[in-house]
Amino acid sequence: MNHIIQVKNLSKSYTRDNFEIPVLHNLSLNVEEGEFMALMGPSGSGKTTLLNLIAGIDKPTSGQITIAGTDIASLGESALAKWRSSNIGFIFQFYNLIPVLTAFENAELPLLLTNLSKKERKEHVEAALKLVGLEDRMKHYPKQLSGGQEQRVAIARAIVTDPIIIVADEPTGDLDRASAEEVLTLLDRLNREFNKTILMVTHDPYAAGKAKISRHLEKGDLV
Amino acid sequence: MKVMKLIFKNTLRHKLRTLLTIIGISIAVIAFGLLRTVVTAFYAGVEGSAANRVIVRQAASFIFPLPYSYRDKIAQVPGVETVTYANWFQGVYIDKNQFFARMAVDAETILDVYPEFILSKEETDAFKKDRMGCVVGRDIAKKYGIQVGSVMSMEGDIYPGVWQFNVKGIYQPRDKTTDATQMLFHWDYLNERMTKEMPGRANDVGWYIVKIKDPAMVGRISKDIDDLFANSSAETKTEDERSFQQSFMSAVSSIISAMNVLSFVIIGIIMLVLGNTMIMSARERTREYAVMKTLGFSAKHLIGLILGESFLISFIGGGVGLILLFPLVQGFAEFIPKGYFPIFQIEPITFVLAGLSALMVGVIASIFPIQRALKTTIVNGFRHVG
Repeated sequence: MNHIIQVKNLSKSYTRDNFEIPVLHNLSLNVEEGEFMALMGPSGSGKTTLLNLIAGIDKPTSGQITIAGTDIASLGESALAKWRSSNIGFIFQFYNLIPVLTAFENAELPLLLTNLSKKERKEHVEAALKLVGLEDRMKHYPKQLSGGQEQRVAIARAIVTDPIIIVADEPTGDLDRASAEEVLTLLDRLNREFNKTILMVTHDPYAAGKAKISRHLEKGDLV
Repeated sequence: MKVMKLIFKNTLRHKLRTLLTIIGISIAVIAFGLLRTVVTAFYAGVEGSAANRVIVRQAASFIFPLPYSYRDKIAQVPGVETVTYANWFQGVYIDKNQFFARMAVDAETILDVYPEFILSKEETDAFKKDRMGCVVGRDIAKKYGIQVGSVMSMEGDIYPGVWQFNVKGIYQPRDKTTDATQMLFHWDYLNERMTKEMPGRANDVGWYIVKIKDPAMVGRISKDIDDLFANSSAETKTEDERSFQQSFMSAVSSIISAMNVLSFVIIGIIMLVLGNTMIMSARERTREYAVMKTLGFSAKHLIGLILGESFLISFIGGGVGLILLFPLVQGFAEFIPKGYFPIFQIEPITFVLAGLSALMVGVIASIFPIQRALKTTIVNGFRHVG
């Protein structure tokens, strides 16, 4: 088995007003390359925290996280930022597009950190937007798009750098059923056709059903 | 899309807020420039003073005259090259609002002592020959449409009566600090009428201007002159021209100090205005900064974005302010009576200070928003509701 994500004895706690709040307890998890895993669980169970830790946007209190052979817990801030830019694609519940940028410019954003030429960037962005079915909405601003279309732009932004892992935090949580279906179909396609490893946090059993495998978290433990 | 484009787009995100901030910065730059120009104008006389001239006046007060007989005694002091003299005439030209310096001077020597007043040889000769002749500065001639051959009529106040002067020349200022707003006429003309009409005021000289051979000898020559008239009924106070000019400033020094302070308070106000805008902008974009960090944008990128936006606003505001400063200063100069500020122009240093202040404000105003953006973790950034 080729485990692209290896989480070992992971613990995370937050300190609020001098109180330590444990979120994850000695958690271990392996994810195979090309897997599409849904992380489910009630609010406060620690699924978003786990996702953030695997994506390298938060630091564990203890334990080890190895992604494609890199121990990301040991990376410094700037090294971690660089690592994220080339290895992880992010999809958020509320899309988090930059409102003053067009669909094209939003999708292009991660490519500004690469050495690609303007022409190459254009090719990548057009391919990504075509993949999500928004090639005719490139010049539209987020406010000119529907929620489903915004999320598809966010997916284009997540895949434009061709990352090895896509993390999605409640990607359908703010969408109607039809739009949610489109997004889930897209994720499924990215997983099947492009062999992307996808880790998706969701409350929605229907969405989780689209994943190949589901794991449940309860009070910081995988059950 | 480049980062500059994102900076532009961010700047235009709240057009009204950005516009108001730019207007605020522009007004502040104009106010700063105008105040500095007024302060500079106050000191123009001091800046234009020569090192090789000393002024001899009554020790008791400048308003009391000195005897004409002092002239030859002063001329005998070792180190003295030329002695000339002047009386403040004032008078009313057209109406009381038309203010500029009108002085009775020794026509034979005044231009030797003041080489910065450039007059052609023909005009100089014509001035010296005509006892009712006068010369006026370029700016005054321009303002009142005075030409060589014109007759200037004045109502005397300090020296009562109606006075007429034949304009024999228009002098050009040699330096940009040279006062081109004076009117100079023959002391002899004044003295003759005083002898006839008010004999008690005849042979009075307002002050002597002494051209010395070596500026390094100012102290010794001043002392020698004052020693000559010590214990007389009209003791003298001799000082270099710069000190003499500065003594006029003492009366308004507190006003000038207040204007100086105010000009820098204005810089503080710009800082607060722009700082407030940048803090609001950065606060609103907390989630966006978290997104950008997530995508791999580093601290230097965020610093570039916030600093760039702050810098751009301050650059535009400062630029607009500086562009408008010129016509406004010119308009202000037209508005104030000619002669109150003989030299009223924007000094290069004022221009540079105003521009640099605006840009410095751009940098300082971005410090807190940058600090906040960098300090906020990605996770906390996503939790932000703004």
